[in-house]
Parts: sequence; structure tokens; C-alpha cells
Amino acid sequence: MQTGWSNATVREIFPAMWDGFLVVLQVTLVAGVIAVVLGLLVAVGERNGPAWLRRPLSGAFQFIRNTPLLVQVLIVWTATSLYVNPDWSAFAVGSAVLGVHYASYTSETYRAGIDAIPKGQWEAATALNLPTRRVWGAVVLPQMARRSAAAVGNWIIAMFKEVPTLFVIGVMEMIAEARAFQGQHYTGAVEGYTIAGLLFLAASYPVAVAMRRLEIRLAKSHY
Amino acid sequence: MPSPTTEPLIEFDRVDKSFGDLKVLDELSFRVDPGERVTLIGPSGSGKTTILRLLMTLERVTPKADPERDGGVVWLEGEPYSHMEKRGRLVPANEQWLRRRRSRVGMVFQQFNLFPNMKVLRNVTEAQVHVAGRSKEEAEAKALDLLDLVGLAEKTGEYPSRLSGGQQQRVAIARALAMDPDVLLLDEVTSALDPELVADVLAVLRDVAGSTSITMLCVTHEMGFARDVSDRVMMFDGGRIVEQGPPEAMFSEPQEARTQDFLRAVLAE
Ligand SMILES: Nc1ncnc2c1ncn2[C@@H]1O[C@H](COP(=O)(O)OP(=O)(O)OP(=O)(O)O)[C@@H](O)[C@H]1O
Ligand SMILES: [Mg+2]
Repeated sequence: MQTGWSNATVREIFPAMWDGFLVVLQVTLVAGVIAVVLGLLVAVGERNGPAWLRRPLSGAFQFIRNTPLLVQVLIVWTATSLYVNPDWSAFAVGSAVLGVHYASYTSETYRAGIDAIPKGQWEAATALNLPTRRVWGAVVLPQMARRSAAAVGNWIIAMFKEVPTLFVIGVMEMIAEARAFQGQHYTGAVEGYTIAGLLFLAASYPVAVAMRRLEIRLAKSHY
Repeated sequence: MPSPTTEPLIEFDRVDKSFGDLKVLDELSFRVDPGERVTLIGPSGSGKTTILRLLMTLERVTPKADPERDGGVVWLEGEPYSHMEKRGRLVPANEQWLRRRRSRVGMVFQQFNLFPNMKVLRNVTEAQVHVAGRSKEEAEAKALDLLDLVGLAEKTGEYPSRLSGGQQQRVAIARALAMDPDVLLLDEVTSALDPELVADVLAVLRDVAGSTSITMLCVTHEMGFARDVSDRVMMFDGGRIVEQGPPEAMFSEPQEARTQDFLRAVLAE
């Protein structure tokens, strides 16, 4: 068994790692949409939904926020394959769990963004008799979005970096690819993990910088 | 003062309002005639803002068990306003009822409360389009007229944050007037402004008072303005009316010691 770094192995493993990286991006896209949209629905529902919904909703998301992602992934994967549908792919289930997990964080960010809107905005909307849909759509959400955009972006970056958790249920992201390669060739783990790290860095660093810029730009704009 | 035979536009009938244990309005009754300009004065905490907020439905009256007998109801244009009729009885109004009626009333706030995410023009058209159901063109034409009236015709494309406080408040006045309310509520609308910006806002309000027949309820410490514009001044203390009358009488020969003390304190500022 070979030990130490091998450039030949790097070349050999890279295509598999690249495939894994594309899977990571796909998971991020699907889970990101869930986190952005569901988080918003939860934040609005907790504030504006019917009374019977509010408490269970915030209870459920509190629970999700306070238990490890890994445990949630394993529970949901086991439960769906045993009791719901064994044909559901690890990709689909894993992305959904990851998205819902991060929705529990983004909803908090949104909620803080909504709470930060001065009471006078709601009162002016009432004084003008704006319909509820307009109050949210034209007054509250645009102001909230501006306050929350950068923070939600940072949650998505954090989520992106947690995609490897899904290797435990067999999603073929980079860690799973590296382990599969090693299983076959008895080598490549160090190279594979290193490539994974570098690809994560290469992808998340520019996004993080862009988020920082966005934050500054929003803070400076007139509105 | 308008003749007593006209039906009042606003009537408070023995209205109670408490916040928890704190009773802010105690069996408060008064009427306002259509087109009347009323100034509310009184020490801090006397309930002036609460009265305006009740009229804007930002607060609810404290309900009484038997409104037919004991009152506790705000009436607007001869119809219950804080309450609605349900199977021949008065019950506290629900959101649908308030939604139907509150467009008759407009309010300008101390802190302006313009929508910062909308440019000036859209601040003034938003409710016209989405509440009054006007077309965009109609709403914009009306907004431009009103912005011209308040002297801001050239600021329609700016965000509120680019305007001075006085300009923002004038936009807020235009925004409220755009809905053609019968009643305009003004709660210390110049108190948050730098002194040099107060005059412009008051000039606009004088203009509105002079050129329309809109009913105005106004809380202000600007006694000169109150004297010029109002038909009646009401002095409040502890959620009750201490005394009321035409501004000349109220300001030059107030009868009650509390009014005298209050006016002396305000004029000394
Ligand atoms: N939402 C609220 N919760 C609890 N107490 C309130 C609330 N709003 C008003 N109050 C209390 O009700 C009383 C009357 O308040 P209000 O704002 O009507 O007075 P005001 O005459 O407008 O005073 P000011 O001249 O200071 O504006 C005050 O004691 C105030 O603290
Ligand atoms: Mg007040």
C-alpha cells in the first residue's frame, strides 16, 4: 500500500472528485432553494399564520435547529427507505433534509429581519388600509430582504460546506468518491480529501467575498 | 363653529381605553362635525395620541358588556366604527369591518413612516392603486398634483432617505391626502423636525386647511398654528376633557387652572 503524496494518483482521482464536486453543487442548489423559500414561509407563518399553526411550526423548527444534521439525515433516510418508499434516492432525501435543516436557520434570520422593521411601517400600512398581501409583498418583505440577504447568503455557504455529511447515506459527493476510489485502488484518500478541500475553498471563497461586497453595497445604498 | 343640527362626523360615546391596569380614557365623549378643525392639547400622557390611534384603528377601545346601554363606542358618519352590528347588536368590529371603514380616515405620524423601499411617487400611489383601485395613470396624476401642492414636485424620483425630515413629512401628508379621507389625523407632525423645517410643513397644512373641507384632528404644541387653523381647542388631562372652546377664548382666557398652567408651560418653551 502506497503512502505519501502522488501526483499520478491526483490525476487519476481527479475526474471522480470533479463528479463529486458537481453533485455537491447540485445538492447545494436544491437544498438552497428549499432553505431560502421554506425559511421565508416559516418566518411569515410564525408571524402571520393562523394561531393553531404558529406554535407547532416554531416548535418543529426549534427541534430541527437544535438537533445535529447527521442525526436528521440518518433518521429520515432510514425512515423513508423503510416505511415510505425505498426507491427514493439518497440525493433527493439528503438534499431535502439539508434544505429543511438550513431553513430552520434562515427562518431565524428572516424573522430577525422582520422584527427589525419599525412598528411605524406596519402602522403606516394600516393607516393606508393596505391589504395584507401588499403589506407583506410591498412593504415588509422588501425591507426584510435587504436586511437578511447577506446573512442568508452566508447560511447557504455554510450549508454548501456541510454537503459532505450526506456521504453517510451514500450521496456520491466528494468524500464518498474519494472513499470509493480508495476502496478500489487502496490509495488516493489523502489526495482525494485534499482535492475536496481545495475545491470547497475555490468555490466558497469567491462567494463569501461577493457576499461581503453585497453587504457593504446594501449598507451604503439609499434604500 | 358648525351648527349643532348637523350630524357629527365623529362621535366618541363614553369610550374607555385601558392598557392593562392603566385607564387612559375614561368614559370619554365628544363629537366632531364634518369639516371641523379640532386641536387636542394637554400634558404628556393625557391620552391625545390614544384618541387619534383609536380613530385610525391602531388601537381598539376597551369593550363594554352592553354597548347599547353603556356606550364605549366610536361612531363615524353615523355608523358604528369601533363596533359593528351583528344580529341587531353592537359587537367589537372585526378586521373586515375596519378594512371597509378605515379608508375614510388618514393619518400623518410624528416619525413620517414613509416606506423607505419606495420612491416618493410610489409612496403616494401605492394605496391609491391597491386600496382605492385607481389605475396607475390616475394614481400618478393625483400624486403629482399633491406633491406639487406640498412643494415637492421635483422629488418624485427620490428615495425618502434622500429627503430632509420636513420634506419627508410633506410627502407623508400627500400620501394621506391621496386617499381622499374625510378625516385627517395629525399627531405632533412637526415635533421630530429641526426647527427651521417646521414652518414649511405648517404652511402646507394651512394650505390644506384653507383649500379643502377635510375634517382635521390635530395634536400639536404649535399654538400659533392651532390658533389660525382650528375651530375648537380641546384640553385633555388624565383621559378627560378639561375644557374646550374656540382658540381665541381658550388661549386668551382659559377658565381652568390646569389649562392655564399647561399653556403657560408650553408658551414658555
Ligand atoms: N401601547 C401602550 N401600552 C401601554 N401603555 C400605553 C400604550 N400606549 C399609550 N400608553 C399609555 O397611555 C397613556 C396615554 O398615552 P398617549 O400616548 O395617548 O398620551 P399623549 O397625550 O399622546 O402624550 P404625549 O404628549 O406624551 O404624546 C400614557 O400613560 C402612556 O404611557
Ligand atoms: Mg402623543
